[in-house]
Amino acid sequence: MAQKETPSHVELDVSRTGKVSPLWWRALATTLAAMMVLAACGGSDDADSGDDASDSADSEESSDGLRVAIVAPSAENDLAFTQSIVEGVDALSGVSEVAITPGTFVVEDAATAIRDYANDGFDLVVAHGSQYGGPLEEIAKEFPDTAFAWGTAADTFGLENVSAYTAASDQGGYVLGALAASMCSKIGIVGPIAVGDAKLYVDGFTLGAEDNGAEVDVVYTESFSDTQLASETATAFVENGADCLTGTAQMTVGAIGVAEQEGLLWFGTQSDQTPAAADGVVVANQIYQWEVVLQDLVDDVTGGATGGEVYAIDLDNGGLTIEYGNVDATDDMTSAVDAASSSVVAGDVETMIEG
Amino acid sequence: MAEFFTASVLVTTFAAGVRLSMPFLLAALGETLGQRSGVLNLGVDGVMLIGAFFAYWTVLETDSRLSGVVAGLLVGLAMGVLYAVVTLVFHAEQGISGIGIFLFGLGMSELLFQELVGTPLPIPALTEAPIPLLSDIPGLGTMLFSHSLLVYAGVVLVVLLTWLINRSTFGLDLRAVGENPEAADSLGVSVIRTRAIAILIGNSLAGVAGAALTIELGTFQNNLTNGIGFIAVALVYFGAWRPFGVLAGSLLYGLVTATVTQLKVLDIVSGAAASLTTTAPAVLTVLALAVIARRSASQPAALTVPFERRH
Repeated sequence: MAQKETPSHVELDVSRTGKVSPLWWRALATTLAAMMVLAACGGSDDADSGDDASDSADSEESSDGLRVAIVAPSAENDLAFTQSIVEGVDALSGVSEVAITPGTFVVEDAATAIRDYANDGFDLVVAHGSQYGGPLEEIAKEFPDTAFAWGTAADTFGLENVSAYTAASDQGGYVLGALAASMCSKIGIVGPIAVGDAKLYVDGFTLGAEDNGAEVDVVYTESFSDTQLASETATAFVENGADCLTGTAQMTVGAIGVAEQEGLLWFGTQSDQTPAAADGVVVANQIYQWEVVLQDLVDDVTGGATGGEVYAIDLDNGGLTIEYGNVDATDDMTSAVDAASSSVVAGDVETMIEG
Repeated sequence: MAEFFTASVLVTTFAAGVRLSMPFLLAALGETLGQRSGVLNLGVDGVMLIGAFFAYWTVLETDSRLSGVVAGLLVGLAMGVLYAVVTLVFHAEQGISGIGIFLFGLGMSELLFQELVGTPLPIPALTEAPIPLLSDIPGLGTMLFSHSLLVYAGVVLVVLLTWLINRSTFGLDLRAVGENPEAADSLGVSVIRTRAIAILIGNSLAGVAGAALTIELGTFQNNLTNGIGFIAVALVYFGAWRPFGVLAGSLLYGLVTATVTQLKVLDIVSGAAASLTTTAPAVLTVLALAVIARRSASQPAALTVPFERRH
C-alpha cells in the first residue's frame, strides 16, 4: 500500500474525521486571540502614540485654541468624578480639540496616556486623579513646554508647568447634610476610600447633618468601583434604619439603586445623578463646575504661562453648585440650603474633620 | 461587638451573604463544568460583563427581567461558541485566549454601553420571591427562603450539576475527557464534542451570572463585575471541582463580605481596622487556595491540555 507523503517541515495531526490540522492553524488561533485583545484595548484607549486622540463630543479641530487632553480613572459617563471633568472641559472656550482617555485607574496606564499626549503635542494635559501625582511629576519634568493640570490636588511639585486644582467638596457636602437633616433622621453614607475630595465630601456632609440634628453612619467600602459592594453597604444601612442615603465615586450607582428600590432619598455629588433613579429619589446634587477654574487655567496657558498655580472650586466662586433633582423642592428645602450655604461661605461653620 | 450577635443582625447578615454569593456561584458552576472537561476559561469575567450589558439593555428596552436573563444566557452561549472554536478547533493556549475573552468582554461592554445607553439608567431590579410557609419560619425563613428566583435557581443548579457530573452518561464522558482524553477517545468518546458542550453550558451560566448581577443591582456600569469572574475561577479550585464545594466556597465568600460590611455599618470596626477587614474575603480565598494546593490530585489531569488525536 502506498504511503501518503508527509511533508517533513509541517507537523500533521490527523483527527478522527481525517482532516489535517497543520501548524498554521495554531498560528491563526494565536493571531485571533491577539486580535481580540487588541480590539478590546482599542475600544477604550484613545491615547495611542502618534494617533489622533480625539474622542469626546466637542469642538471641531481648528488652528485656534488649545489642544486639551484628559486622563481620568473611570468612565466618561460615570455620573461622578470623571463625568464632572469631561463636562467641565466641554464647557470651555478657547479650546480647539479635546481628547479623553477614561478608565485608567491603574496608574501605569494613566502615565502612559499622559506621556503620549505630551508627546503628541497637546498644550494642556489634565491628569484627573489624585493617584497620578507620582508619575506626573516625572513626566512634567520631561516636557517643560507642556502645561499639566493635576486634580484633585493642591501640590504643583514646585514645577512651573504643573497646576493643581481641587474642590472644596466639604462645603457642598455640609449644605447637603444640612438639607438631609431637614428631611431625614438617619443617614447612611457610602464612601469609597477616605482620600481626596471623597473624604472631604463625606466629612462635610457628616458635619452638616449632625449639626442639624440627624444621625449619620459612614462606611468606606475601600473601592471606587465595586458597585455590588456599594449596593450591599446601602442595603445594610437600610436594614439598620437609615431613611436617606448619600455617597461619592462611580460605585454609588449601586447605592442609588437601593435607594430607589427601598423608597429612600438620595443626595448626590460630583455630577447630576438624577438620571440614575426614578422620580422622587434624588433630592439634590452638589455639582462640580470645573469650568469655573479650568477657564482661568486655559486663559493663563493661552497667555503664555504653563502652570504653577493652585485652583479651587467652592461655593463662593460658583465652582460648586447645589442643584435639585427629581424631588420637588419645597420652601423648607430651599431655606435650609440657603441658610447652610450662607453659613459656609461666611465661615461660620466647620466643614472639615481633622485627621 | 454585642450588637452584631443579635438574632436580627445575624439573620440579615446571613441573608445578605446568600444574596451576595449568587453571581459568584453561577459563574463558578459554569467554570466547574468547563474545567472538569479539561478546559480552563480565564475569560469568565468578560463573559459576565457582556452578558450583564445585554441583559441590562434588554430589560431597559422591554421592561422584562426574564428577557434580560435570557439575553444574558444567549450572549454567554455565543461567547461560548467563540471560545470553543478558539480552544478546541484552533488549539489556542487557553490562558491567553481566556484573557482575550476577558478583555473583549470588558471593552465591548464598555463600548456598547457608551453607544447604546450612555448613562446608568435604572432598570427594574430583582425582587424577593418568598417561598410560602417556609419563609414564615422565624430566622430561617429570612436566611434561606426569602430570596429572588435566581438564588433558588442557583441552588437547584448545584443539585442538577452534581447529578449530571456524577450520575449521567454525559458526566462520565465529561470526567473521562478531563482526566485522560486519549483513553476516552480510544473508547469512542468524542472529546471535542464533550468539551464543546461543557464550554457552551459554562459560558451560558457566566452570561446568566452577569445578568443576575445587573438585574440585582438595577443598573449597569463599566466593569460592573469588578473581578467577580476571576474570583469564580478561584472558587472552582476552592470547591475541588465539585458543585457542592463551589457552593460552599461561594457562600463563604459572600458571608465574609456581608459580615465585614455589617461590622462596618454597626461601627464595630472603623478606621484602619475597617480597611483591613475589607481584605478578608480575598485573604480567605488565598488561604483556601493554599490549602487546596495540597489536594491538587483532585484537579482534572488534562486541565488546559489541548486534545490532539494522533495516529
